[in-house]
Amino acid sequence: MKKPTRQKTSSPAARLPRCRTGIQGLDEITDGGLPRGRPTLVCGGAGCGKTLLAAEFLVRGAVLFDEPGVLMAFEETEKELTANVASLGFDLAGLVRRKRILVDYVHIESGEMQESGEYDLEGLFVRLGHAIDSIGAKRVVLDTLEVLFSSLPNEAVLRSELRRLFRWLKEKGVTAVITAERGIGQLTRHGLEEYVSDCVIMLDHRVNDQIATRHLRVVKYRGALHGTNEFPFLIGNEGISVLPITSLGLNHHISSERIATGIPRLDAMLGGRGFFRGSSILLTGTSGTGKTLVSANFAHAACKRGERALFFSFEESPNQIIRNVHSIGLRLEPWVKRGLLRFHSARPSLYGLEMHLATMFREIAAFKPDVVVVDPITSLMDAGTASEAKGMVTRLIDYLKASQVTSLFTSLTQVGHALQQSESAMSSLMDAWLLLQDFEGNGERNRVFYVLKARGMAHSNQIREFLISNHGIDIVDAYIGASGVLTGSARVAQGDLEKAAVLVNQQEAARLKREVERKRMAIERQISGLRSDYEAEAVELRRIAEQVGTSTLMLTNDRAASGRLRQADVKVAATTRGRAARNGRES
Amino acid sequence: MKPKMTRPPATASPRPRAACWQLRLYVIDRTFKSVTALANLKEFCETHAKDGYRITVIDLLRYPQRAKADQILAVPTVVRRLPKPMRTIIGNLSDPGRLLAGLDLHHAA
Repeated sequence: MKKPTRQKTSSPAARLPRCRTGIQGLDEITDGGLPRGRPTLVCGGAGCGKTLLAAEFLVRGAVLFDEPGVLMAFEETEKELTANVASLGFDLAGLVRRKRILVDYVHIESGEMQESGEYDLEGLFVRLGHAIDSIGAKRVVLDTLEVLFSSLPNEAVLRSELRRLFRWLKEKGVTAVITAERGIGQLTRHGLEEYVSDCVIMLDHRVNDQIATRHLRVVKYRGALHGTNEFPFLIGNEGISVLPITSLGLNHHISSERIATGIPRLDAMLGGRGFFRGSSILLTGTSGTGKTLVSANFAHAACKRGERALFFSFEESPNQIIRNVHSIGLRLEPWVKRGLLRFHSARPSLYGLEMHLATMFREIAAFKPDVVVVDPITSLMDAGTASEAKGMVTRLIDYLKASQVTSLFTSLTQVGHALQQSESAMSSLMDAWLLLQDFEGNGERNRVFYVLKARGMAHSNQIREFLISNHGIDIVDAYIGASGVLTGSARVAQGDLEKAAVLVNQQEAARLKREVERKRMAIERQISGLRSDYEAEAVELRRIAEQVGTSTLMLTNDRAASGRLRQADVKVAATTRGRAARNGRES
Repeated sequence: MKPKMTRPPATASPRPRAACWQLRLYVIDRTFKSVTALANLKEFCETHAKDGYRITVIDLLRYPQRAKADQILAVPTVVRRLPKPMRTIIGNLSDPGRLLAGLDLHHAA
């Protein structure tokens, strides 16, 4: 009887009143809870948590919403039920004592019941009615009605009575949860879905690769929008929690604060300031490329800022990580002692994905970290199918982003795997993607490092060489030249070659400089020789000129003296002096 | 349960002194079904329970808590309290053969 008659009411005014279950996640999927005043069918195979879900519905109702409830149990006695739900932290006995919950165990042994003539199930009605009235119950659980099918001989009577029962429950206005075994080819073994048509929830417990995962699906919810997907759920020590993927919207608060990675050169590659707070970072690399070291650096940097870091390790024990990173000069144990750093180590195969996720959620909620490292996320992927794992990572990232936690996921890529391909499922969820890679050649193996993507920030597109020494991690420029990227000793050799070439050039330049100097000096020597020649000639010339001047003067003086002797007048003397000067010039 | 509560008004006990058979009939209200069941039971006991019997009729409408206490679902229900072991027959007892098999009177007698 699978009738997909989902009448979705369009006007919000016609929205059915809801009855909140108080079960984590279930109210989100059902947009507020189960239909109030109507019966809901919960079906599933053996051991998938039907009774627990129903019991939690009652307990939460009584504790959180002040709605007393009646549990009519057909399979387990009150004592058994109390013991079973005590493992989830529910104090059923106490609630029964305080008259918040009434448990009525219906004991039927088919062997001792004989049928003779007509009958009906009015006794059940009276019994239930009395229970409801005695504590003013708003919620009713019938677990599991189908027992009646095996104990009552006349199925036709039973069916008509069940039909009447559900109608009666509706009239009573109680919100009922009816559990039923899953049938083959139909939702329930005895077709109870025929009578309970308002809301049907299916539980499932599947084993994939030897790991069991529980799923919940709202098959039908009349008159309401609801998530139709299968949602993983788990039974922890605080009850059931359903983990909705799609109900979480992409509307996190976004921070533009940047946080350092602990590796200065990496910060420089990321626009100089590191990652955004609350972003998710993927760090992929083959084995032995230093993923854990980068993660440890990241955690260390966070602790140094006084923030809290939570380190999920799925490969190494906390002590092993502490010892190993100590070899690069990173001391994590003081942070652990100061309570800033916390490790959580578990083997991925320890339990199913959803349990891992729940444990991680619980740890995160309890420790309230600023930074979370998951090393490596790929180990978890092995604990479930690829799509499950992706769903899990999505939920984890959503959860972390919603609480503004910066997360670093390392991912181990197989050697020889197409890197981008194997990570494509996860990378789209990540804000930044760093790649660590091995370069083999030249008889050695070197690590290179680059930023493949970093949403919302300028980042270096260069391939850098990634060095691990006992001083820590260093990122150096790889040699990028005509012959490609050179790393390790090849980079050093290339550097030496370049140094030699520079030296040769320098020597050549020096030689040229010396040559020029020598030429200059030679020229200068020539110049000074010429100048001294010239000066010598000039001296000679001056001497001759002086001689000429002196002799002329002497001649004039001689004439004047002789004139005086001849008693010539002054006038004549003057005239003759001028003439003498003329003569002198002519001579 | 206190004896007082377990002894609701008995409507029929023709020979109370030698009550070898203690039967309880659970009904709801004086419906046709209830009346038929009681009549059928009486007739049956007169025929088969020669050693004496006592029928206690319990109206669940007046004593709803008895439904839980005595594990009653269907009505009418006849419970043979004595002799042991307890036997339960549901229906208006219109089939004497089934009733006979159910109450196992042959054997007990």
